[in-house]
Amino acid sequence: MKHLFWRIWHWLDDRIGINALLKPLVDHPVPPRGLWTYVFGSATLFMFVLQVVTGVALSLLYQPSSANAYHSLEFITYQAKFGNILRSIHYYGASAMLILVGLHMIRTYITASYKYPREMNWISGVFLLLFTIFMGFTGQLLRWDSNGVWSSVVAAQQLGRVPLVGKYLARLLLGGDTIGGASLTRFFSYHVFIIPAFIFIFIALHLWLVFRHGISELPKAGRPVDPKTYRSWYEEYLKDHAVPFWPNAVWRDVMFSSVVVILIILFAWLRGAPQLTTQPNVTYIHTSPSPDWYMVPFFALFALMPHKIESAAMTIGPLLTIILLFILPFVARKGERSPIRRPWAMFGVICVIVFVMSLLIVGLKHPWSADFSAKPVPLAAIHPAHPDSTVIAGSQLFYARGCEYCHRVNGYGGKAGPDLSAVGMRLSGQELTIRIVNGGGNMPAYGGILTKDDLQTLVGFLQAQK
Amino acid sequence: MKENEHNPSSGRDELTRKDFLTRISLSVAGLSAAVMAVPVISALVAPLLQRKATFWRTVGRVDDFPVGSTSLVNFENADPEPYAGMLARSAAWLRRENEGSFIAFAINCTHLGCPVRWEEGADLFMCPCHGGVYYRDGTVAAGPPPRPLPEYRVRVNNGQVQLQTAPLPITTT
Repeated sequence: MKHLFWRIWHWLDDRIGINALLKPLVDHPVPPRGLWTYVFGSATLFMFVLQVVTGVALSLLYQPSSANAYHSLEFITYQAKFGNILRSIHYYGASAMLILVGLHMIRTYITASYKYPREMNWISGVFLLLFTIFMGFTGQLLRWDSNGVWSSVVAAQQLGRVPLVGKYLARLLLGGDTIGGASLTRFFSYHVFIIPAFIFIFIALHLWLVFRHGISELPKAGRPVDPKTYRSWYEEYLKDHAVPFWPNAVWRDVMFSSVVVILIILFAWLRGAPQLTTQPNVTYIHTSPSPDWYMVPFFALFALMPHKIESAAMTIGPLLTIILLFILPFVARKGERSPIRRPWAMFGVICVIVFVMSLLIVGLKHPWSADFSAKPVPLAAIHPAHPDSTVIAGSQLFYARGCEYCHRVNGYGGKAGPDLSAVGMRLSGQELTIRIVNGGGNMPAYGGILTKDDLQTLVGFLQAQK
Repeated sequence: MKENEHNPSSGRDELTRKDFLTRISLSVAGLSAAVMAVPVISALVAPLLQRKATFWRTVGRVDDFPVGSTSLVNFENADPEPYAGMLARSAAWLRRENEGSFIAFAINCTHLGCPVRWEEGADLFMCPCHGGVYYRDGTVAAGPPPRPLPEYRVRVNNGQVQLQTAPLPITTT
């Protein structure tokens, strides 16, 4: 029996050439690692495979049409056997892929593996990063609840700021003059056919380049890359130090990727996929669009950057980032690779990480938004302890006129504006009046909105808060 | 060089069999690819090739909207696909300024397009995304919006309030 299997295998191998194709890959010598920091690239690849497999499975259950997508999402989430788990795995797989592609890039930058002769490894990687972000974004739209619909409007608005052609780009993204029947079909095509096709091509190129130029050796201080001698040095280095790719180098990749997959399944099982919000209906306006976490830093940036530079920043920012990433391996193509000898590069990467993480954290709290769910301040929470009727009327106006959407009094109200729990100690009645009538900073001018009596009552209430 | 001019078999301008086959293969393949690309690219840029029609849509009777009120109305888009579902319709904030005059604002914030809500008590339009605020006349009161709320054209026809359909307002630079 065993003999028969071997004969079949040998026949197949002879006719197909499996060994001839894979043996050189499996056996090719690679530098020893001894570190777990080289596992992020392969894990990103594993995630892509996971996304393709779960994505294909989801496509069996999904209706890619503007009218029906949401209903099929409800079907997947609430009715299909294992449907919600499948959706969750795809969601956490996307999150993991975005995190891992980021970690892989940071590691490559820290060890300066983009230097000669691996410039095109880096550039093909930058393309893959951009494709991955675009996949994350379009994937979130395919959920096609109110969040998905409004996110596509937000994206169209961002494209609209591109000089000259912005309007056309926005129309192209939406599939017409308004969000409509063509919108989802196009996002589906981008997410399922067009971008994945590019990802397949660029992964093939990226892997071929890793094989062609060899995995970069661990950097060592005082061992700079010299393009004149690097290739011959690398060959000599491999002769003395190399280990075979399989299994000596790859076992860590397999372990790490497997742990990531297990974690994803655990997350999917314990936490589930993001809740569907409301139906895709742009005439229903009581919705607060918020992107998935991986788009939150961008979302936060748009709230926090100076408004005047925003249009320029929306176009120039991404363009400049992409240009910088592309030219990096050419402006720093040789020299030291060790992070110890590149303190400014390390400072830069730390700044970028801190910047993005801060935006993410502040974006999740989004303190700039009015809190539409604010509850009226109860009498027990206002000053003085036994308020007179004017103060009570003022506290009611404070809620009814929407002040509380942005201002907080003793724990009640939003956080977009200053906390007014003790405003009576900071500002006089006159100062309060001027502020309310004229507005200022990020506060609307209420001069044309409040009656004189209302204004006085409100100021009376605020003066009592001390 | 002179010799070459007299000897066609080694002249520079002479077309060898190899050159000929290369050129004809690339030309024919290129031509077929170019022809095939026409409908493919047309599908890709289809939204830009659409006819831009506009229609007046009735959103209610004049009496439905008290003077001074701001109401959410919705109407069918200019040319919705049969499979657009709920997205065949858009919404607008309709404000009745006085007896005979209406003004209609897009619901989209000019910052990034999120749906602004009319807050009756505050007498303001407020955006839930990045803190954009507008006064009742659509001018910017606070936050990042670079422009006032865009307006739809509105008319009264036989006692009916009608809005003219328009593309989703996109803020350009």
